[in-house]
Amino acid sequence: MNWSNIFSATLSAFFGVNAMYFALSAIGLNVQFGYAGLLNFGQAGFMACGAYAVGMTAHYYGISFWWGIPIAVVYAVIFGLIMGVPTLRLRADYLAIVTIALAECVRLIVRSVTFKKYFGGSDGINQFANSFVNRTPFNPSSKYSLYPFSDSVNAIGAVLLLVSFAVCSVLLGHMLAQKWAKEERQGFQSKWIICGVAVMVFLLVASKQTEYDGLSFKSLVVGWILAAIIAGFIYMLMRSPWGRVIKGIREDEDAVRSLGKNVYSYKLQALILGGVIATFSGIMFSVSRGSVQPDNYSRDVTFYVLTALVLGGLAKVSGSIVGPMLFWGILSFVDAFLNELTKSWGGHVDIFGIPLITESSHIGVYVQVVIGLMLVFLMVFRPQGLFGNKKEMALDGR
Amino acid sequence: MAADEQTLSETARIARAALANVAPEPGVAKPDPIMTAEGVRRSFGGITAVDVERVEIQRGSITALIGPNGAGKTTFFNLMTAFDTPDTGKWWFDGKDLEGVQAHKTADMGMVRTFQLTKSLTKMSVIENMKLGATGQKGEKWWNGLLPFTWMAQEREIEARADALLARFKLDHMRNEYAGTLSGGQRKLLEMSRALMTNPKLVMLDEPMAGVNPALKQSLNQHIKGLRDEGMTVLFVEHDMDMVHDISDWVIVMAEGMIIAEGTPDQISSNPAVIDAYLGAHQGKSLLEDM
Repeated sequence: MNWSNIFSATLSAFFGVNAMYFALSAIGLNVQFGYAGLLNFGQAGFMACGAYAVGMTAHYYGISFWWGIPIAVVYAVIFGLIMGVPTLRLRADYLAIVTIALAECVRLIVRSVTFKKYFGGSDGINQFANSFVNRTPFNPSSKYSLYPFSDSVNAIGAVLLLVSFAVCSVLLGHMLAQKWAKEERQGFQSKWIICGVAVMVFLLVASKQTEYDGLSFKSLVVGWILAAIIAGFIYMLMRSPWGRVIKGIREDEDAVRSLGKNVYSYKLQALILGGVIATFSGIMFSVSRGSVQPDNYSRDVTFYVLTALVLGGLAKVSGSIVGPMLFWGILSFVDAFLNELTKSWGGHVDIFGIPLITESSHIGVYVQVVIGLMLVFLMVFRPQGLFGNKKEMALDGR
Repeated sequence: MAADEQTLSETARIARAALANVAPEPGVAKPDPIMTAEGVRRSFGGITAVDVERVEIQRGSITALIGPNGAGKTTFFNLMTAFDTPDTGKWWFDGKDLEGVQAHKTADMGMVRTFQLTKSLTKMSVIENMKLGATGQKGEKWWNGLLPFTWMAQEREIEARADALLARFKLDHMRNEYAGTLSGGQRKLLEMSRALMTNPKLVMLDEPMAGVNPALKQSLNQHIKGLRDEGMTVLFVEHDMDMVHDISDWVIVMAEGMIIAEGTPDQISSNPAVIDAYLGAHQGKSLLEDM
């Protein structure tokens, strides 16, 4: 068993491209589902809007791919209107059904043979993002690590990484210290310092194990910065009177309506805002691979994002970022662990004579099993998620 | 028993004097109506839930809407506040036609309601519940939400108003607790004070006393009288006849969707039609069956 491989894979996934684009999508879903209570099962549709907007600018419209970003926002707004206008007057479960259907419609249209000349059919669109891929400073063929003192990181990069690690340590440390000091308020400062230092040490140790290729690394930097900025905006919005109305709608929309708020308009705003954020997730994912494939935006993406969000905790900005990181960290750990196990046991795993794994393609199945078990245990032992508020959860029985 | 003449406040005396010469009959015109409904009809399938020929609510008074279960009182509330749409009919608030006006706009016009099943926003703190009630908040536009300087001053003002109301309704000790941790009676108080945050002209209370203990009922009575003293009009649905007698200036009785009687509390308690409706003088004809 090569444990360093396992840890390297786990920690790389922890900060990796998947976690990054899931985090962006989860921030959006959190606005819709966590704060406004809109059961949106069509998040993949919004992501596809972003991916295809950037893909088509170069491939079909023949203009610079950077124009794809404003176009993506327009697509997401249009998609949000199509989704929301007819359904937001209805009960939540209708919205769930319509969103899942609409997202599937988007996927089936973009992968259809009829529209192949616009969307590239099931092959999708490739090599559209060359102006991003070939842009310096990162060389696609060499390896990079998030560790600030590694050879691949220059002085500016090291300072940037250290600053962002420090910011994470302060914020996350504060949050952990709050959980820790829940009962006795004394000694909060020292608990904050202990938690902050622990987070910093973890980040430094963990980042040393990470390894990415140039394109992934570049996408990571852009994507995580984007996620941090958007998360900051959402944090501010949810503390404003706007956020108060949104949370009120989640609790009881008739009460909010009786107080003179246009509930329908607010729901539409939340749906579209969350969708526009998810669009950036689609953009970052497609750019990080340099290609768009329709089947990357199928139903399961929506549900994995939802799982990651619930894991982190609903209606918490921190939860929507840490949840996806842990989700992909755990999955990669299981995957890498089973891979190493299979290798060290000579290519197959038998337990009590039952052949559980006979070839490496079986491992994916067990990873799925772990997702299911993770959800079950989460719902039983910590329904509020990692960062959720247990007290709020207890008030649910209305 | 009617409230003792000496204990009546100035506003109560004005309200009762204005209504003194109004004939006690259904659909009678009032000297200064704040709300008028005409020919409002709503049926669910074959059942006519509300069929009001004409009703007027006197400005600055406390009007009680009573009637047996299933008389259509709550449906009437829903229709007036646009939570439901009548099949036919017209209704006006403060001289403005309300036909086609959306529910959230009625609150801006100065008409606010509470609900029979209390709707406290359980996962929000009491003070957040209160602050949500204020109308015309600049920070409720999403683009302003990101610019705190556009709404911070207003927010402080709203918070001061909310704190004053919480103190008046004796909820200030629960200020930072989740609304979900309040007792049933406290939730009624919270809902009423939250409604007052909209600065209403007409307050419509749907069974404010249901599930409230007798001690709290007394103070709730005082609060409702206090609203009239501040120039608000109150329309409330209630089953507690003692309370109706104690605080209301005018009583409207509904049965089977129709207004069957109107009058001062004393006139109503001796009205044979009301006694029939409540006690079922018509043998073999159950009001409950019809609803």
